[in-house]
Order: sequence, then structure tokens, then C-alpha cells
Amino acid sequence: MQDFGEAFGLALSLVVSGDADLVEIVALSLRVSLTATGLACLIGLPLGALVAITRFRGRNAVLILFNALMGLPPVVVGLLVYLHLSRAGPFGFLGLLYTPMAMIIAQMILITPIVVALSRQILEDLHAEYADQFRSLVLSRRQQVMALIWDARFSLMTVGLAGFGRAVAEVGAVMIVGGNIDHLTRVMTTAIALETSKGDLALALALGLVLMVIALGVNALVQSLRMTAVRHAYA
Amino acid sequence: MRMRDTILEGSNALDLPRVLGGGTCDRRGVTAKGLVLRHDGRALIRDVTLSLPPGGITMIMGPNGAGKSLLLRLLHGLIAPSAGTVAWGGKPLSEDVRRDQAMVFQKPVLLRRSVAANVDFALRARGVKDTTRRDALLDHVGLLGHARQPARLLSGGEQQRLALARALATEPKVLMLDEPTASLDPASVLKIEEIVRDASVKGTKIIFVTHDLGQAGRLADDIVFMLNGKPHDRGPADLFLSRPETQEARDFLQSRIVL
Repeated sequence: MQDFGEAFGLALSLVVSGDADLVEIVALSLRVSLTATGLACLIGLPLGALVAITRFRGRNAVLILFNALMGLPPVVVGLLVYLHLSRAGPFGFLGLLYTPMAMIIAQMILITPIVVALSRQILEDLHAEYADQFRSLVLSRRQQVMALIWDARFSLMTVGLAGFGRAVAEVGAVMIVGGNIDHLTRVMTTAIALETSKGDLALALALGLVLMVIALGVNALVQSLRMTAVRHAYA
Repeated sequence: MRMRDTILEGSNALDLPRVLGGGTCDRRGVTAKGLVLRHDGRALIRDVTLSLPPGGITMIMGPNGAGKSLLLRLLHGLIAPSAGTVAWGGKPLSEDVRRDQAMVFQKPVLLRRSVAANVDFALRARGVKDTTRRDALLDHVGLLGHARQPARLLSGGEQQRLALARALATEPKVLMLDEPTASLDPASVLKIEEIVRDASVKGTKIIFVTHDLGQAGRLADDIVFMLNGKPHDRGPADLFLSRPETQEARDFLQSRIVL
């Protein structure tokens, strides 16, 4: 067990030297979480837009469901995905368990409700502004959905960011379906958990630092894009 | 004897005895029959039956709360009536019929895009991808030099001209305008009027809601005067403005409170 000062020094040297293991873990984490976020946005944004512009029986129940699903416990999602992907499960034949793809699926399931619920609110507000114009132009639902998503793109980046933040920071689901296998499915959060339990604080701290920098960097990027958009009245 | 187009029939015609006996609906224009709009048990539009000719500029005037904008929205199909029907050129108000219409709102609804992209949006909605037409439209409304600017950073008058360009992009047979010049400066008002007049000359039917008597005098071919949710008086603009038939219309024209 290292003391904190020594561990922090080692962590910094790992980051600065670009330690191969560290880079591999960070790269996999980003690949998994960015893919999951992209897929969740691909599914969640049109779904959120559709719920935003459509009135149907049971709509309130759907809204409550998506809001509730935002708080899905990652370990429960991990368990459900595990059951479906394990050999005995319905998708066991795909052989996806303990692969990055399984982790992407788990994270995607975890964050899609976040994307739907948050985007629905943003797009509903925008639709209230555009509704008469859309109706006047006799636009199809698809045309409306596409227009809303495009015009709200800068606000929706924050939604994507929230999803990415949730994905990259969660540990339970990826641990269950990925198995934290070295050089295969080890991501930042599972590595931090493992290294901490082993008492190797240097790598855990280095990964923690990188995680913080990524979170701050992505936030800063999105914020600056939004500010630019606001200046041009595009947000 | 003064000749006025007959636009009021049925129950509302009872309010306008001097207008009766004039003739039939022009099936090429718009025909509304028994149009009613209720909200929370209150009738906002009351049993309106009217027809408007297929060409020219029809101004809908009246005091606040008379139902002018609601009538326009009903005619365009933006809101569904509680009762009654609207037909254009003899055809019921369907999506196909509505594609031949366009509307400009009092507060321009501009997309969060560039000036050019706002017009492109309307063009693409009609399947047109040619940018030549967009540039011609922007040139027509005096905004070609602003094509790449964010639409929402334009001045109020420019925004409304852009909304007009976007409406004209769909090549509508009918252009409806709901107080498009309210709160604009006189120069902007005149520019808008010029564009509207030009569209009318080219054959687009204009239905224009306004409070502005001067504007009515400059633009209108005929005027519908609304009061309490129904047309109360109507006639050719020069006759209506110089010798209105009803006391309420006279009061309105003399800027007295009309109840």
C-alpha cells in the first residue's frame, strides 16, 4: 500500500509518460462510452422528438416511465444484459458476453432513457414555438422530428453529454457484462475499482485523473459550442 | 344602390339586411359554412358563413377580440372548428388543399438557422432543392445580402420579410397574413405591403388581418369587418372605408370603442 503523496506522484508520471496500459484502458473506455452514447442518441433523440410532438392516450404514463428509467441501477441493467447474452440466454448464440460490444449494449440501455427524457423536454419547448409554422407548411412527422432535432442540436449536445457522463462513469453494468478482463474489457471505472482493491493506488489515481480531465474537457467543449450558438441565436 | 359582394349568408346575414340578396358563393375562392369555434363553453367564432373571391386582397378588420385571427386560423386549418366546414375552390380543407396556402404570423416564427436556410427549409418541404429560387426570393424581399446571417439576428422588419419570402417559397395560391406589420416602423410596413401587393398582382389570393386603417386603404380590395366572433359588415374597400353600413363599423373607423 502506497501513501497518498507517493501514489499521486506515480499517477502523474504514468499520465505524463503515456503508460501503455493506461492509454489502452482510456482508449477502450472512450470507445465503449462514445459508441454507447452515439447509439443512445440515434435511438433516443427521434424517440424523444416523437413523444414531444405527438399526443396519444397513455402519453403521461410513457413520460413517467422514461423519467423513472433515468434512474435505472447499472447493476440491474448489467444483470439483465448478462442474462440475455449468457450462453443460456436468448442471444447467447451471438457470443457477445465479456466483449466490448456487451458493454456498449449495457451502457446504451442505461443512457437511452436519459436521452429520451431530457430531449423530449427540450424538443417539446421548441415545438411549441414552431408548431403553427410546421402545421402551416403541412410537414410530415418525420420532417418535423428532423427539423426539431437539427434546430435544437446545441441544446441536445448537453443531453448527449449527460448520457456520456453517465456511461463513462458507471461501473456496475460493465463489470458484470464485460468481466474486467485485462487488455480486452478493462475500462477506467472497472480498473479503478480493481486497482484500489489491490492497493495499487497509482494506476487508480492516474485513471481517476484522466477521467476527471475527460469530464471537464467534454463539458468545456460543449459549453463553448453552446456559447457560440447562443451568440448566433442558434440556441 | 350600393353594390356589395355577398359574403354573408344564413344566420349572420340577418345582421346585415342591406347585404342580402346579392348572390351566391364563389366556389373558386374560400367558402365557410356554419363555422363555430368554442373554447371552455364560450363561442369565439359564431356560426360564420361566408365566401371570399379567389383573387385580390381581402382585409379582415375589427376590434381586439373580434375573432379575426381565429377566423384566419380556421380558414387555414391551423385549428379545427367546433362545427362547420371550410372549402377552397369547392374542395374540403385537406392537406393537399392546405399545401397551396401559406401563412405569415404576427410574430415571425424563424428557425434557428441562417436566412438562406430558412427559405431552403420551406423549399425542401415542397421538394425543391434549387438554390436559384431561394436567391431570387431573398433578392425580391431585399435580404440577399443577409443570406448567411443568422435569421434571428435580423431586425423585426427584416425578420418579417424573411417570413414572407419563406411563405412565398411554397408558391401559394393563397397567402394569409396575421397582422404582419404590427409593431414595425413605417418604412418596414411599406416594404411588406409592396411585397404583398406584388404577390397579389401575380395572382396570389391575399387574406390579411390588420388594425391599420391606412393599410386597409392602401392595400385592400375588399374588407370583412369582424365583431363578436362573426363578420358584421363587408364590402369593397373604398365603400367600406368611406361609407360603412353599420354603426359599429362607423365607430371602428372613427376610432371609437366598439363593443
